[in-house]
Amino acid sequence: MAQFWGYRRENGDAGVRNQIAVIPSVLCANHVAKAVAGQVQGAVAFPHPCGCGQHGKDLEQSVNTLIGIGQNANFGAVLIVGLGCERIHASELAEQIAKTGKPVEFFNIQEVGGTIKAIEHGVRIGRAFAMTLSTQKRELCELSTLKIGLKCGGTDATSGIVSNPALGLAVDRMIAEGGTAFLSEINELLGTENIMRRRAETPQVYEQMEAALKECERVLERLTHGIERTSEAAALVSPGNFSGGVSSVSEKALGGIHKSGSSKFVGVLNYAERPWKNGLFLMKAASSDCDVVTSLAAGGAQIVCFVTGVGTPTGFPGVPVLKITGNSRTYYKMEDDIDINAGGVIDGEITFHQIGEKIYKEIIDIAEGKTTKAELLGHDELWAIGRHECY
Amino acid sequence: MASKRMLILAPQDNVGVLLEDAHKGDTAVCDGVGVVFLDNIEFCHKVALTDIPRQSDFIKYGEIIGYALRDIKKGEWIHIHNLDDIRGREGKL
Repeated sequence: MAQFWGYRRENGDAGVRNQIAVIPSVLCANHVAKAVAGQVQGAVAFPHPCGCGQHGKDLEQSVNTLIGIGQNANFGAVLIVGLGCERIHASELAEQIAKTGKPVEFFNIQEVGGTIKAIEHGVRIGRAFAMTLSTQKRELCELSTLKIGLKCGGTDATSGIVSNPALGLAVDRMIAEGGTAFLSEINELLGTENIMRRRAETPQVYEQMEAALKECERVLERLTHGIERTSEAAALVSPGNFSGGVSSVSEKALGGIHKSGSSKFVGVLNYAERPWKNGLFLMKAASSDCDVVTSLAAGGAQIVCFVTGVGTPTGFPGVPVLKITGNSRTYYKMEDDIDINAGGVIDGEITFHQIGEKIYKEIIDIAEGKTTKAELLGHDELWAIGRHECY
Repeated sequence: MASKRMLILAPQDNVGVLLEDAHKGDTAVCDGVGVVFLDNIEFCHKVALTDIPRQSDFIKYGEIIGYALRDIKKGEWIHIHNLDDIRGREGKL
């Protein structure tokens, strides 16, 4: 079995990074969480606008996301900062995350005695975590412990014809090694039902995939009802997609699904849900790049592969985001932000298989510690909790 | 009147994808299908490979990517000015 050098966790997971997550349980704890992370080596904060004022499934989605981020194997230790009167209790988040066996602490600002004392308290916990993590060495871990999130953004037509299919080859190989991958962006899969039907492992899996698309389509129809069809507000893809030669959401979808390769889909996951087995899953996240990548990371993805056509620089705290473009012009314009140029396939300089192999090797290198360009520049803007029924 | 590189992704497709910028009057051949461009068409944009009647489907990757808002001539640039998609919307215009 293929292996890589990663950070072993108590529950059998393997991290590709060994960072500390500082997670506020409510927006009121954002400032303290950020201040604490800023003082502790290897710590990253996850500020967000949730924790109160949400209801039912929407609240549940926020809770699941915060727990999922804490459980992500890239974080060797987790600190939860609460205020004390919020709906999402710091103690509950800590309890769920601690099930992974990793060190988890929590406190509430109201109990500790305000901002200054809370920051001091948090920094002391954080530095103890950092000291412990600094002594942990990478060990050989099974490649089957890797979960790869798949995403594209700033799509142009090269994404569909070059970089998504090339990423698909790498994903096929990850799956063949026993690994896991998440395809998502439900709103940008409309029109791929025929392909999904062929690739679902069982008719039941296809029914779930189709139901996810139908639910999304109903919401989109409702949201765009009565809005001028040709207006930007009614458009289901971005102006950059249009200028890049993508004319419709179906065209984008049919190019986008290629990044999941050719393996069978073994199941459908909810937003931020962790998979119960290995293999290729469809994850019910949609809308913006942030909403989707956050769900992928909360579902356990240790690495996100992000295909772009017109170029995007974004990253995620503690989870490396590998950028791949199929557009050589974009690569040379934005070389500081993009890791792999697959555009050589169009120019006839390199074959699909060569570029698929290159992406696969890059994923392993990143898993073993190679820094992505988004990490080098400190990009972290892809963190945002999606709202329920948000497409 | 230059010859340009074009890709046809599936045999049943009725649009091709330009692999370089093309001008009106330029030509392209892919998998035995030839076309003369009636418009300037940019890199990555699509060209009609046959005449396509109004309300008929555009096929790329072997699947439907939208329908024709008007009668289309072989060689025309295909984009949002003459293509619409019903997915996530309330039916054809």
